[in-house]
Amino acid sequence: MAGDSPLRTPPKVAAPVVRPRARGAAAGAVSTDVRIRAEHVSVSYGDRRAIEDVTIDIHDRAVTAIIGPSGCGKSTLLRAFNRMNDLIPSARSTGRVEMDGVDVLGRNIDIVRLRRRVGMVFQKPNAFPMSIYENIAYGPRQHGQKRRARLDEIVESTLRRAALWDDVDDRLGASAVGLSGGQQQRLCIARALAVEPHVLLMDEPCSALDPIATLKIEDLMRDLARELTIVIVTHNMQQAARVSDYTAFMLAGEERIGRLVEFGLTDVLYTTPSDARTEEYITGRFG
Amino acid sequence: MQLTEMRPDFERADGVLAGVEPREWLFRGIVGGAALFVFVVIIAMIYELTRQAWPAIDAFGLGFLTSTTWNPPSEQFGAAPFIIGTLVTSSLALVLGTIIGVGSSLFLVEVAPRCVRLPVSYTVELLAAIPSVVYGLWGVFVLGPWIQHTAGPFIVRWFGWLPWVEGPALGVGVFEAVLILTIMILPTIVAISRDVIGAVPRSQREGILALGATRWEMVRIAVLPYARSGILGAAILGLARAIGETLAVALVIGNSTQVPDSIFSPAYTMASVIANQFREAENDMHVAALIYIGLLLLIITLLVNAGARLLVWRVTKGQITTVIE
Repeated sequence: MAGDSPLRTPPKVAAPVVRPRARGAAAGAVSTDVRIRAEHVSVSYGDRRAIEDVTIDIHDRAVTAIIGPSGCGKSTLLRAFNRMNDLIPSARSTGRVEMDGVDVLGRNIDIVRLRRRVGMVFQKPNAFPMSIYENIAYGPRQHGQKRRARLDEIVESTLRRAALWDDVDDRLGASAVGLSGGQQQRLCIARALAVEPHVLLMDEPCSALDPIATLKIEDLMRDLARELTIVIVTHNMQQAARVSDYTAFMLAGEERIGRLVEFGLTDVLYTTPSDARTEEYITGRFG
Repeated sequence: MQLTEMRPDFERADGVLAGVEPREWLFRGIVGGAALFVFVVIIAMIYELTRQAWPAIDAFGLGFLTSTTWNPPSEQFGAAPFIIGTLVTSSLALVLGTIIGVGSSLFLVEVAPRCVRLPVSYTVELLAAIPSVVYGLWGVFVLGPWIQHTAGPFIVRWFGWLPWVEGPALGVGVFEAVLILTIMILPTIVAISRDVIGAVPRSQREGILALGATRWEMVRIAVLPYARSGILGAAILGLARAIGETLAVALVIGNSTQVPDSIFSPAYTMASVIANQFREAENDMHVAALIYIGLLLLIITLLVNAGARLLVWRVTKGQITTVIE
């Protein structure tokens, strides 16, 4: 795969949907409103600096892909947006991540409310070992929605938005763990949507899925981008080309510190990259 | 598919491949023998206890379990005070030990920074290395007087309205035994539940936190359900130790053959009555009755273990393992 350029030889499964379907709605009408403004963000784990001086604008109602080879710090950047790095005791962040007028890296940020506003979907589907219904109802209930009828509505509407309703509507009480990997991942997306986030962060959401399930998730991302802001980390350049409006390319040099190399409209970055390293990466000469 | 279907020439090798390597037999023999040995010991124990307890079994039958009279000179024996003493002390210790043990495990895994975690873990594990006679002496000289003069009066004053809370505290009794047993089973519960809580996959914790859950919600929704079977196992090991503990309990429980009517009453457990009276048994029937108690203790232990296994099996049935993949 590394030797293929995404534009010259798209993989077989992806070919029919590559550009027209995925970009049709967005082409020409890509949002330019900024939802998240990251300025000079650096993150260190103990003595080791993971990313340095990343400045990037995440646009509203658009899909932004962060691509780059392993170890370039793309997940670290993503996890700075909802303070997931806080879970690692030695992690330290500097710089600003501005969202809705506040710096979310700041000291007196309510992390619980931040994470409600900025949902996240992980690499491996991590459905909770409880029923499908409870997986989704848990979040809204925790945030104060106690009415059963309203919860039923939320469960149905989010499952529909995640394109999972038709698969599971007859067994909402069954354990979520019995679902297939792709279904579990869509359940995780539905679960994230149930708390009505403004931003959805996706950390290699398809890396554990087969190509069919991957396509379903990608379609879903395009649909969701009409209403919310999506940031996806992926090691799959074709995927980034298929789903994203904007692409950020990150790279770690000799000293293994991740930096942002290039950021721009996906169409532009993939066709006329301004940095030689970007071109080398997307044409598969390394990574 | 048969080997010979893939490689017909293997057929000719039958003479070489047939049979089992001698060292394989040796290995099977050794481990099989070891497993058989354990089995034989249990059977032999039950047989021998039954045989020696037979005079008492013959005389008192199952009424032995419910009779509260323990009068060696008149050869009247009933084990109810000891059975009740054992069940009450070990189940209360189990409840207290599980609450404290799981709480401190959660602290160690979820809250404590690394510089606190290791010293505290080692200290808790060190508790397991203290001989039980030391616990008993500590109970007699430190815990007992404290309960008698400080904790006991306080509890009777403020919680005297509860059933089975009546004074005065004597410095020996059920309450002291429960506290000693709680401390003794803590290292077991903490060591195991700390490991199973630590083994909850990070993806589960992150998943719930990313939904905007607090730490406590994370523990309740993602951590405890996942670690449930392991924590149950830890509690059961603790219970087994509490039921069988002899010396420390014998020193602090007060050695009364009456059924306790308060947590401050002196009482007796099955293990401690055997330890205390066996060598000073007044007649053959006394000896047989004590052995009968020993047999019952063995049966209760086996039942607790079987029940616990059943519980773990029912709790974990078909949900936990599939998540781990």
